[in-house]
Amino acid sequence: MQLTYIARRFGVFLLIVWLAATLNFFLPRLSGQDPVRAKLLEQASLGGYVQGGIEEMTREYERRFGLDRPLWHQYLTYLHDVSRLDFNYSIANYPRTVNELIADALPWTIGLLGTTTLLSFGIGTLLGALLAWPRAPGWMRWLMPPLWALHAIPFFLLGLILTYLLAFRLPLLPIFGGYSTGAVPTLSWHFAWDVFQHALLPALSIILVATGGWALGMRGMMVTTMGEDYVLFAEAKGLKAPTVFLRYCVRNAVLPQVTALALALGQILSGAVLVEVIFGYPGIGTLLYQAIRENDHFVIQGIVFTVIVALGFTTFLLDVVYPWLDPRISYRRA
Amino acid sequence: MRAVFRYIRRNPSLVLGAALLAVLALFVLVGSLVVDTEDARPLSAPALRPPSADYPFGTDRQGRDLLAVMVAGTPLTLRIGFVAGFIGVGLGTLLAFIAAYYRGLTDTLIRGIADIGLTVPGLLVLIIIAVSIKGTLTVNQMAIIVASLAWLYPTRTIRAQVLSLRERGYVEVAQLSGMSGAGIIFFELLPNLLPYLAATLVGAVSSAILASIGLEVLGLGPIDSPTLGMTLYWVNFNAAMINGWWWWWTAPTVIILTVFLGLFFLTVGLDEIANPRLRRSA
Repeated sequence: MQLTYIARRFGVFLLIVWLAATLNFFLPRLSGQDPVRAKLLEQASLGGYVQGGIEEMTREYERRFGLDRPLWHQYLTYLHDVSRLDFNYSIANYPRTVNELIADALPWTIGLLGTTTLLSFGIGTLLGALLAWPRAPGWMRWLMPPLWALHAIPFFLLGLILTYLLAFRLPLLPIFGGYSTGAVPTLSWHFAWDVFQHALLPALSIILVATGGWALGMRGMMVTTMGEDYVLFAEAKGLKAPTVFLRYCVRNAVLPQVTALALALGQILSGAVLVEVIFGYPGIGTLLYQAIRENDHFVIQGIVFTVIVALGFTTFLLDVVYPWLDPRISYRRA
Repeated sequence: MRAVFRYIRRNPSLVLGAALLAVLALFVLVGSLVVDTEDARPLSAPALRPPSADYPFGTDRQGRDLLAVMVAGTPLTLRIGFVAGFIGVGLGTLLAFIAAYYRGLTDTLIRGIADIGLTVPGLLVLIIIAVSIKGTLTVNQMAIIVASLAWLYPTRTIRAQVLSLRERGYVEVAQLSGMSGAGIIFFELLPNLLPYLAATLVGAVSSAILASIGLEVLGLGPIDSPTLGMTLYWVNFNAAMINGWWWWWTAPTVIILTVFLGLFFLTVGLDEIANPRLRRSA
């Protein structure tokens, strides 16, 4: 039974991978762009070339790249390439492959996003639980309005404001990049400290906004959970307040939070892409921004595919872990 | 009248949201009477002037009067949001009713697509769509691109609402009294769904604006239009922050903040009308 559940979830993951690849293949073709012809015409106009042979040249190149074959054949070839994670060469950074570029950028994004998402989820959930708890200190209630307001702001906009205050006005933190210009990426404490300092502002702009969202969600769930009979029963039994809080209230209220986390990953990533662009952080977002500016289609497609697959896999992992958190659903159709 | 006041006191988020948006509308309205929006084009003012009596919001590097840019750009950005939001909620409502009415395979299919679509980072799919389109985008094309994903969330939540509504007693009574399916949808379900639809619409408009600004900051927006997102694109493109041209990004930032805070508090207020059970908890 457990196995069918995992198998079904994995099926959904494979479906997402296939959809992402198909989208990548068909959308650019739907628009009727002719990349070979466009490139040749561009070359011709640069060199003052006579346009006579363009038609033959286009045909010849299309034959070489396999673009003269029927669409379904090209599609299968594409799926085959993608399944081997072969995304072709970068047009702007030839002869580097799209894969190499993504491999360079991915650790930065995973580091920044992983840390900030876990931190904001943890802090936000705990804060939200305390906000709903009647025995929590009174000053905590004053946290609500700022949390609400912060929650409504896009990550990158808060990033702009924080940069101005903490990097420009008061030059406490570096303003741009992932490490100081001139620093050589090595495994040393000095470099690690440099990276940490550079990550602080982007991380802060994500954490401050996201924490508010998690706190609000958790608070709502806590209020509902605390009205349940089993909480009343636990209190009537004379259990200690921390036990009731953690084992009875938080334990149950946190379940919808985890579901929400799985659903929010895509949005968090979309927001983080812009944060990276604003801070020039050397991750996937900045790579994507450069690729868009240089019209580097292969890089754009490679990034979109990689990110969708990576997020799909994270969602799959969360799905697999979820029955362990909530034993009630493990055997049900989900 | 007194009842209205009493309700307003109980639902301050609604008032705050509406007030923020009203201030914005007033700014655009008065602004378009006072300022010539032609000055939102490049080279219509001296470049890089900090705020002064002539140019209250300053000017940017390409010689746009930033006050004119804001007056012309705010409605453009809001238009993208509203068009995309309306299409999204309209399509979402339709799909939600189809799914909830036919159930079975249709329902599984629609719900499945919405669920899977929601886990995918929307901005990246929009990027692929925007990159695939030839030539420079217009504001309306921008709205349609954003709308292509804006129906996912409304479909999911409205479907759940319809499913819970159709189990209510009055729907059963209507069925027993021989009302047709369309009659039930239009006279029993929709009127009860309206406050909820309103809250969903405001939420959809807000996410559509966020998505459009995201695309624009990445350089995939309507290059010739002075929308708020395009202004931020030029801010980033010219590294205005490091160069200390603070007025360039202050105006769009303040306006975008007002838009998002206004829409957010409006959603919270409308949610409270749509879902009275929230009143105790929120």
